[in-house]
Amino acid sequence: MISQFFVLSQRGDNIVFRDYRGEVQKGSTEVFFRKVKFWKEDGQEEAQAPPVFNVDGVNYFHVKVAGLLFAATTRVNASPSLVLELLQRVARVIKDYLGVLSEDSLRKNFVLVYELLDEVIDFGFVQTTSTEMLKSYIFNEPIPVESSRVPPLGPAAIFMQGNKRMPGTAVTKSVIANEPAGKKREEIFVDIIEKISVTFSSSGYILTSEIDGTIQMKSYLTGNPEIRVALNEELNIGRGGRSVYDYRSSTGSGAVILDDCNFHESVRLDSFDLNRTLTLVPPDGEFPVMNYRMTQEFRPPFRINALVEEAGTLKAEVIIKVIAEYSSSITANTVMVQMPLPKYTTRATFELESGAVGQNADFREASKKLEWSLKKIAGGAEHTLRAKLTFSQEYHGNISKESGPVNMTFTIPMYNASGLQVKYLQIAKKPTYNPYRWVRYVTQANSYVARL
Amino acid sequence: MAPPATAQRNPSPSQPSGKGEVSDLKLQLRQLAGSRAPGVDDSKRDLYKKVISYMTVGIDVSSVFGEMVMCSATSDIVLKKMCYLYVGNYAKVNPDLALLTINFLQRDCKDEDPMIRGLALRSLCSLRVPNLVEYLVGPLGTGLKDNNSYVRMVAVIGVLKLYHISAPTCIDADLPERLKHLLLNDPDAQVVANCLTTLQEIWALESGKSEEASREREALLSKPVIYYLLNRIKEFSEWAQCIVLELVVKYIPTDTNEIFDIMNLLEDRLQHANGAVVLATIKVFLQLTLSMTDVHQQVYERIKAPLLTLVSSGSPEQSYAVLGHLHLLVMRAPVLFSSDYKHFYCQYNEPFYVKKLKLEMLTAVANESNTYEIVTELCEYAANVDIPIARESIRAVGKIALQQYDVNAIVDRLLQFLEMEKDYVTAETLVLVKDLLRKYPQWSHDCIAVVGNISSKNIQEPKAKAALIWMLGEYSQDMDDAPYILESLIESWEDEHSAEVRLHLLTAVMKCFFKRPPETQKALGAALAAGVADFHQDVHDRALFYYRLLQYNVSVAEKVVNPPKQAVSVFADTQSSEVKDRIFDEFNSLSVVYQKPSYMFTDKEHRGPFEYSDEVAGISIGADPADNVVPAQHVEANDKDLLLSTYEEEDTRSVISNGSAYNAPLYDSSAPLVASQTQTDIGSLDTSTSQTPSASLAIDDLLGLGLSITTAPVPPPALTLNPKAVLDPGTFQQKWRQLPVSLSQEFPVSPQGVAGLTAPQALVRHMQGHSIQCIASGGQSPNLKFFFSAQKSGSSSYFLVECIINTSSAKAQIKVKADDQGATNDFATLFQTALSKFGTA
Repeated sequence: MISQFFVLSQRGDNIVFRDYRGEVQKGSTEVFFRKVKFWKEDGQEEAQAPPVFNVDGVNYFHVKVAGLLFAATTRVNASPSLVLELLQRVARVIKDYLGVLSEDSLRKNFVLVYELLDEVIDFGFVQTTSTEMLKSYIFNEPIPVESSRVPPLGPAAIFMQGNKRMPGTAVTKSVIANEPAGKKREEIFVDIIEKISVTFSSSGYILTSEIDGTIQMKSYLTGNPEIRVALNEELNIGRGGRSVYDYRSSTGSGAVILDDCNFHESVRLDSFDLNRTLTLVPPDGEFPVMNYRMTQEFRPPFRINALVEEAGTLKAEVIIKVIAEYSSSITANTVMVQMPLPKYTTRATFELESGAVGQNADFREASKKLEWSLKKIAGGAEHTLRAKLTFSQEYHGNISKESGPVNMTFTIPMYNASGLQVKYLQIAKKPTYNPYRWVRYVTQANSYVARL
Repeated sequence: MAPPATAQRNPSPSQPSGKGEVSDLKLQLRQLAGSRAPGVDDSKRDLYKKVISYMTVGIDVSSVFGEMVMCSATSDIVLKKMCYLYVGNYAKVNPDLALLTINFLQRDCKDEDPMIRGLALRSLCSLRVPNLVEYLVGPLGTGLKDNNSYVRMVAVIGVLKLYHISAPTCIDADLPERLKHLLLNDPDAQVVANCLTTLQEIWALESGKSEEASREREALLSKPVIYYLLNRIKEFSEWAQCIVLELVVKYIPTDTNEIFDIMNLLEDRLQHANGAVVLATIKVFLQLTLSMTDVHQQVYERIKAPLLTLVSSGSPEQSYAVLGHLHLLVMRAPVLFSSDYKHFYCQYNEPFYVKKLKLEMLTAVANESNTYEIVTELCEYAANVDIPIARESIRAVGKIALQQYDVNAIVDRLLQFLEMEKDYVTAETLVLVKDLLRKYPQWSHDCIAVVGNISSKNIQEPKAKAALIWMLGEYSQDMDDAPYILESLIESWEDEHSAEVRLHLLTAVMKCFFKRPPETQKALGAALAAGVADFHQDVHDRALFYYRLLQYNVSVAEKVVNPPKQAVSVFADTQSSEVKDRIFDEFNSLSVVYQKPSYMFTDKEHRGPFEYSDEVAGISIGADPADNVVPAQHVEANDKDLLLSTYEEEDTRSVISNGSAYNAPLYDSSAPLVASQTQTDIGSLDTSTSQTPSASLAIDDLLGLGLSITTAPVPPPALTLNPKAVLDPGTFQQKWRQLPVSLSQEFPVSPQGVAGLTAPQALVRHMQGHSIQCIASGGQSPNLKFFFSAQKSGSSSYFLVECIINTSSAKAQIKVKADDQGATNDFATLFQTALSKFGTA
């Protein structure tokens, strides 16, 4: 049960504020914002505020979505999971209705937002967060905002890179917006989004690896037909009691072994055990059909070799090599390699490989970090960066203990590391019905780290 | 809604601030009010929007109240909604104006469009004006009967709103009775869910006043209601499912079959994508199986994977909430997670609050088999550029060292930290090395060699400086420079801002003096002089105290200040097990994330309806209304526990030693007396159980998850033991051969228990105090073996136990044989409870 709900901008302005129970004093938004802004850990270092905290008997919950703070307060000992999940869901519902979630769109559509909030929560109790069900209660129409300038929300956002859009990325339209000329485009998006975490030891071994995946769906089909999503037939779930880090039995068999997965409420699993098919009637709006987690060994898309060497007094050299190990038909984009350098580094000069295009290297003086960005890396390619460092004082001991680890972020469209696939997407309706179906794969780095 | 103008914050230039705009609006609205021109609704919409937007940014627009109401005579639902929003916001501060709205809201409650009926009813109930409540009862009653589920949904919550405005009106109108009917009969699941939340809240608040209400509250937990809700669980929305599951947690099944039925029914809820549903389900599973050791353990195994998936699938905030719960489970049963340690490795991009939890989990799960890898990983973080994490990591390494049996390798790692020459690393490490030496003095040689090389000038942090000074004093015989380093530190006494450091300096120089008088005499004189002149009271007093001691007799002074020390065996845990158990009982709530029981952060008036144990207390006490005050006392008692834990410990000790005295053969006390003694003994473990003596059986889950005591009334103590039972070794042997093993299990022994086992006789005496007699004992550390026997009071049936305690792994293995096999489990529980208290008293 919550007492108040509000949305604040990054500057702390009230964009939306709804008091459901009148139990929490008026200045709560200011109290909240001051706490979040100047959070102190153990009275010392400034740190990021945890999503839940208590000030004078009031519990504050918040999530950050699209640069905005979605927050709730309560005086009771509520379930943090429930409230945080609710905040996230409210953000998604609002996004479903406005098309775009931003300060601008919220301000322009606040009446619609209040309308939604009144139906989603009554006297602090959740009534429904289903975009579908809410449709019958909502009467305001969204006022569209220019969507190209605002960063879109949610996992699907990674399908938009700069100006280049992947086909059919018009997922910024509202679920209740009327299309121009009254036509509604029949389409459905199924996105397989994987976030991978890998830690390489200094000798290049994989210490830990994990894939966290989501099958995300957004349907614009009229009449909500039933949909069947078929996954790999050789898909196993659970590792039968063995330690999840026991790789022996899983290599080379071609089977995809998930540690665990969970499903959206609408998914029926009647034939899942038989032929790995999910049956569902997709509700309106964007939602995760299935979340999964895999620690089965997989081939990481990049190998990273990094080296720091002394080069005389007050000098050192850094060599970072990145090798793309995926097929040449695939290209990774917005790659960024970062490496913390010793505190006493004063200068770094870079040497990119000859003929390098779309690469840039920089030394961030304030954070003492090396940053190497690459617009794209084609499959099979290999790129190297050399950097000469100058120090203000002599280093002692082991210089590689003073720098690193190397961290890499990237996005690889049309690639997924787990091997999980959507074999087909069947829409149960009359045979002539043939809407657009978009099945898209993308892989992102979550924590991709190489130690020195 | 946005607070009216009082809370106005600096409006940005684009936002109008003045009265001009508002009076302008007022004028325009008035013009439109009576108009029936086409398109007038559109212009009204624009004006309404303006009003609402002013309201949101905090401008007081209450002055247009009358005009807003006049304009609301429309069939346009968008307009109506905006008007309701406005009215709801200002009615409370303008009760007179609110009266204006009653009429049109009541009219709308009879509209033919169910949407309008529902909306009007909701607005009507949201006015929060006490003297208007009489107008609510009628529309609410009609609303509850409405044939549209939306209206009923709104009406049910409306009842709760009415209750909060005027409880007597709500009760007198018999509305809760209507809700009870709807709860079990309404076809719409959301209406049912709203009935449930509303009734729970009303009964909880009423139960303080009326006996009937607490009976009603109890009735919600009756089997038919619970089964009715459980069977419909999938019809409910995910949020309503959480409410139902929270209710089910409090239900007490009659037998194990029922428990398994419920668990099977809810099994697939663990695969839900909503973390709140999964956690609520887990809570049901954990609470239901508390008294079923092996099933409880299976539950842990079962919930691991879903929890880990939730941690890695949601937003960072959601995964933090789940991780907090995983953290709690790991802390309770580290053994069960020891092979999952890699999941607790920190990721590069995780926020501090997540990493901190993970480090604590890594510390907890470290054991012989994974320590090397965990410490290696932690050392990576210690070198990290992220300073807070580096500090936490070093502390984690230290904690692992303190809890491990074989610390050899870890000490090396810690000493390597000192070689990194980063000031914060050195500082944290020094503090750890000091603690390590207090526990393992045998490592002093290796440590002192390295610590001796550290220049005290490079250490600024008071804690670290104090640690270094302590080591200088303690090991001055092994450190050549000790007197001279101390001397130089004393020379800069004036510059030393931390009183803690100056206190340590005084003590260290004293210790040094006793070992190396000629070299230290000068420094000691200087220190005492500086100390006596110090402005800080403690420093002054200590210096004076040392001075007088020395004056009186130097060898006495040495005996006081520097007597031979015993190694510290265990550093005290910061949280008592009662507090931990309370947090566990409040699973799936903020208590878990804050790591505090709810009474520490919730006001009393907001605690009642949602607190688990209060709820149960209410039920078990049932008809006696006087007992409603018990929860509060209980809370205070617990508060006291926390503050006065040392006193508490003494109390328990006296109880136990009394117990053993009564059991001495000479004292032929009657069995019931001692039995009750045992019972209070068990009860004193947790005050909450003692309030319901008939149901006070401490259920110690055999996982070794510490003491977990359910506040739920479990079957009454089935078993009491005969305190003066005697079984001669011959009969024991004979029985041991004849009987089959009826139970065999392993559980951890508390570190205090292990420490106490240096004298096995102590355990024998301790168990005697619990009416369990030792037949024989033997074995060499780390493996100690005991044979115990006990007799069920009032019967001739015996229990025989073989108990092997391994002190290095801190585990006890028991094999139980019994004449009456049915009572084995109860006996095992008693046995383990008794054993777990060994060393704590």
